[in-house]
Amino acid sequence: MTDAPMVGSMPTSAPSRGGATVFDVHDVSVHYGDFRAVRDVSMQVKQHQITAFIGPSGCGKSTMLRCFNRMNDLIDTARVEGDISYHGVDLYDPAVNPVEVRRRIGMVFQKPNPFPKSIYDNVAYGPKVAGAKGNLDDVVEQALQGAALWDEVKDRLKESGMSLSGGQQQRLCIARAIATDPEVLLMDEPCSALDPIATGRIEDLMVEIKERYTIIIVTHNMQQAARVSDRTAFFTTEVSEESDRRTGLLVEFSDTDKIFTNPADERTENYVTGRFG
Amino acid sequence: MSDLTTPAAYTLEDFRGSRKRMRTEHLVRAVLFLAALLSIVISVLIVASLVGEAWTFVSQVEAASLWSDGWFPRRGIYDIKTLLTGTLIVTVIAMAVAMPLGLGAAIYLSEYAPAGVRKLLKPVLEILAGIPSVVLGFFALTFLSPVIVQRLSSEATQFNIAAAGIGVGILTIPLVASISEDAMRSVPAALREASYGLGARKITTTIRVVIPAAVSGLVAAFIVAVSRAIGETMVVFIAAGATGGSLFSTDPFKPGQTMTAAIASQAAGTDQVRGAGLTFQSLFFVALLLFAITLVLNVLAGRFVQRVRQAY
Ligand SMILES: Nc1ncnc2c1ncn2[C@@H]1O[C@H](COP(=O)(O)OP(=O)(O)OP(=O)(O)O)[C@@H](O)[C@H]1O
Ligand SMILES: [Mg+2]
Repeated sequence: MTDAPMVGSMPTSAPSRGGATVFDVHDVSVHYGDFRAVRDVSMQVKQHQITAFIGPSGCGKSTMLRCFNRMNDLIDTARVEGDISYHGVDLYDPAVNPVEVRRRIGMVFQKPNPFPKSIYDNVAYGPKVAGAKGNLDDVVEQALQGAALWDEVKDRLKESGMSLSGGQQQRLCIARAIATDPEVLLMDEPCSALDPIATGRIEDLMVEIKERYTIIIVTHNMQQAARVSDRTAFFTTEVSEESDRRTGLLVEFSDTDKIFTNPADERTENYVTGRFG
Repeated sequence: MSDLTTPAAYTLEDFRGSRKRMRTEHLVRAVLFLAALLSIVISVLIVASLVGEAWTFVSQVEAASLWSDGWFPRRGIYDIKTLLTGTLIVTVIAMAVAMPLGLGAAIYLSEYAPAGVRKLLKPVLEILAGIPSVVLGFFALTFLSPVIVQRLSSEATQFNIAAAGIGVGILTIPLVASISEDAMRSVPAALREASYGLGARKITTTIRVVIPAAVSGLVAAFIVAVSRAIGETMVVFIAAGATGGSLFSTDPFKPGQTMTAAIASQAAGTDQVRGAGLTFQSLFFVALLLFAITLVLNVLAGRFVQRVRQAY
């Protein structure tokens, strides 16, 4: 995998602080029909960092994540307000083709969703739709290695991806996403169906590939957020004034160390110490 | 109630359940079984009624007249291949019309149409499905034949197989569209999301994910449409032009005869048919053949669908 242009654009500032701003989110709210699911989110996501989204169920983590690759376009009722730019380009500009966005910004979904195709074809799908020609064996093997699945499936690549266990399916989806070699990887609870060993390997993978990618991960696992992420965003819900439904909001976004050891907001502290609700 | 808190006091009686409920259950089961049985009995009766007369025909007919030239039962010429060829041509033309249009409509409705447009178009499709085939037969004869078929070929006669085939095709479009659309809509949204998430376009997603995942339903749509086309009578009866009999013909621009139309045109005057040689019995033979073909088609469809399911 040659990525000279990526190296060229590597920031000169301290690596631990991350580099250029990848996503600049300003005052974003998302509605599903009349229901406001998240409101007023502003944040900056830096290159070559792992950013974790944590917070109680229903606070809009998945909803926010899906804004970054225009996945919410696929939901008829969803409406995104505010600005999200990617390396300075307004992602929601009418001239932007969501297909181009998603080629650069890959996604692993909350529920494993392998295609009813062979394991091999699942992984090769992304490179193929991006126009890759010829033999993809190496790409497939590398991606499966990366997702810690290769050893389990190397003898049965022709079998259906649906025949795998839930945890294997999730790793297949991770392999499928990294096979396209995206610039950003959005991962929605990628380890929720995995055993501790596979989880460990996925975490290793994330740390390893953040040299090349930028990763945003949604997780319910505090230790995981603390272990792998550089920055953590804590979301919660609040009963909104206009309706009695709960709207999500971003409470605090800072270095992971700070969120877990010295959070500025009381709600964050209650959540990370397990005193939530 | 206090017994429930001390499991040690359970006896078999506690788990026997209400006898009355059990009896109702048995009764429901018996009624449902009878309903299922009745449909089997009816099918068997139909086949039995066909087999009797068909057997008379087969045992009495001269073998040579089964493979002569043309279908003229009143004259004792029972060339089955005339009917089979006519049926085949009509079916092929019908599928050539119905599959692309029906599938196209299904893809549009399921993948492209905004919710509002879909709500508007689906009832329109159902109206098309509700058009009586007599009406379509006349449409085929008075519009399709002069406006389309006779333009395509200057040789085409007014009554011709091609117009009938197109008519039958139009008749089966809603069937193909609605079964295919159901099949594609039942493909989980998560699979589409997976594809879009990997940077695939809509057309790529449709062709490489949705259609393969829906293939068993699409095959079902095809087979059902073929069965329908083979069994369609009125359109062919009116537009294909061969009343009573037909010469053997492979030319879609000429009149021809299908199995169903052959039965209909003779059965229109059953009284005269009875006693006119084996004419009456020959119709049963054709009907049995029709039944056999449809049966084989359905079994094949079942096999195919199963094989596809296993692959996934
Ligand atoms: N497609 C949708 N249509 C309508 N409402 C939705 C849709 N998807 C999510 N919501 C609502 O938006 C809110 C946020 O949902 P979201 O899935 O983003 O939460 P989450 O933080 O990811 O929760 P979890 O941790 O359980 O995955 C919830 O109230 C949910 O009911
Ligand atoms: Mg979620």
